[in-house]
Amino acid sequence: MANITREEVQKISKLAKLRLTEKEAELYQAQFSKILDSMAELRQLDTEDVPPTTSVLGLSNVLREDSPAPFGEAEDLLANAPEREGPYYKVRKVIE
Amino acid sequence: MAEYEMVIGLEVHCQLATKTKLFCGCATDGFGAVANTRVCPVCTGQPGVLPVLNKRAVELAFQAALALDCKLADVSIFARKNYFYPDLPKAYQISQYEQPFSQHGRLECRLKDGAAKVVRIHRIHLEEDAGKLLHAIGSEELDHSLVDFNRGGTPLIEIVSEPDIRVSDEAYAYLTALREVLIYSGASRCDLEKGEMRCDANISVRLKGAEKFGTRAEIKNLNSFKNVKDALEYEFRRQVEIVESGGKVVQETRLWNAEKMATFSMRSKEEAHDYRYFPDPDLVPLEAKPAWVAALKAGLPELPAARRARLTSEFRLSSYDAEVLTSKKEVADSFLETMKLLAPEDAKALANLMLNTADFSPIDAPRMAELVTLTRRVITVNKAKELYPELRASGKSPKTLVEEKGLAQVSDEGQLREWVKAALAANPQAAADLRGGKERAIGSIVGAVMKLSKGKANPGLVNKLIKEAVNAGA
Repeated sequence: MANITREEVQKISKLAKLRLTEKEAELYQAQFSKILDSMAELRQLDTEDVPPTTSVLGLSNVLREDSPAPFGEAEDLLANAPEREGPYYKVRKVIE
Repeated sequence: MAEYEMVIGLEVHCQLATKTKLFCGCATDGFGAVANTRVCPVCTGQPGVLPVLNKRAVELAFQAALALDCKLADVSIFARKNYFYPDLPKAYQISQYEQPFSQHGRLECRLKDGAAKVVRIHRIHLEEDAGKLLHAIGSEELDHSLVDFNRGGTPLIEIVSEPDIRVSDEAYAYLTALREVLIYSGASRCDLEKGEMRCDANISVRLKGAEKFGTRAEIKNLNSFKNVKDALEYEFRRQVEIVESGGKVVQETRLWNAEKMATFSMRSKEEAHDYRYFPDPDLVPLEAKPAWVAALKAGLPELPAARRARLTSEFRLSSYDAEVLTSKKEVADSFLETMKLLAPEDAKALANLMLNTADFSPIDAPRMAELVTLTRRVITVNKAKELYPELRASGKSPKTLVEEKGLAQVSDEGQLREWVKAALAANPQAAADLRGGKERAIGSIVGAVMKLSKGKANPGLVNKLIKEAVNAGA
């Protein structure tokens, strides 16, 4: 059984911006470990001559021409913003 | 501090010269436009949308790589770089990670003393730009931040050099050469003012001759080549002081502050460095098919190095002149176009005219050629330079303008002799010196003739006639 620590669960949830209760953290710790166990089974297979798969579609070079296609309803997107100021999205102060 | 050296690698982001964004049809002309007017569901990360790769962006990226002697990967893939920041609506940036589209290039740069320096290119990858954050309006600091996604999704290439750079001047030379190649290849306009070329620097210090690299700091916010040079010099002193006093350089991201001329630690970036890259399942692999690559390679224009070599060999220009002419593509283009209409021996005169005219910017080749032809007999080179701004502005032919302004050079020997006579009489000391064999004194007599003729006397003839007059005992 894979051993995911509670600290790792906390770190992953922090990176995903999720705040977990103790109970949830416990649940995910067990589930993460099970997921890794399943992956470990696959690891037993010989994949020496199998190239890494990044896409299962069997396609490449799906491209579009470089011709502008304005959306035309940019205002609607802005209307979904929790907060706006003029033409801008307004967010909490971030400064480096 | 002489026994230490810096080890520098540069990461340069350049905006590709496309009309639309990397994965959607929004226009890339948003610089200076009203905020959030070049946006759509794709580049603002709405649920359920799919990115589709811009063919032109790929072609420009491939051409940039070819121009930098890079190898193109047969297959490259796109990856998601995950982090939360308000300028990134999807909470991931589509970039390339494990399989970038190109690697292992080189760029020859020229230092101030004329020496060449080769900087190897580690890799180039394609990625999308983030949006823009506003923290102040004018001088008024805001208590919140504003986001503009016009820039979000703009196609970029990130060019990562090997840590081959050892002094700040080399960094400057590398950036200059890189910019030239990218502009020549047409891949990017590299307009620094619009942020179309941005640089981050990795720098560490070590004792000269040491093999091992020291711990490096990454410096961001370098928005001009001069900033890069200044920041590297500051950071070198800072790191050497730490090492000298027995301390240890911390691996971190630092921000350059051009006003304070110093770098400052950017602590907020520390914990965010876990990007959890993984292949983007929305995008299929990118294949550099040989026929495609061959066509792109064939479509590359002459690059700066080849052009410089041609200017010195074919047109016999000095390497300095060739260097200055090629530093602006449109000037070098104009030179070559104009030379098609002129004789090879006119090359030097044309180069002089272009290089010595203040704020030179090209006019059409036929008029330029006519102007050079006029400097052979009709007007002096100085007059041609003076005439140039008006020539540009008016669109008139050089001949017409010279006639209108009555600038034609005077080569009539009768008139010139009169001026020479008057000049000798008005400058008895110089005239006596000249008769006494002081050849240098001829300069002030020529000057006097030029003054009398309002700059129109043919200088070659004037010289000849002064000597004749003196020898004849005038």
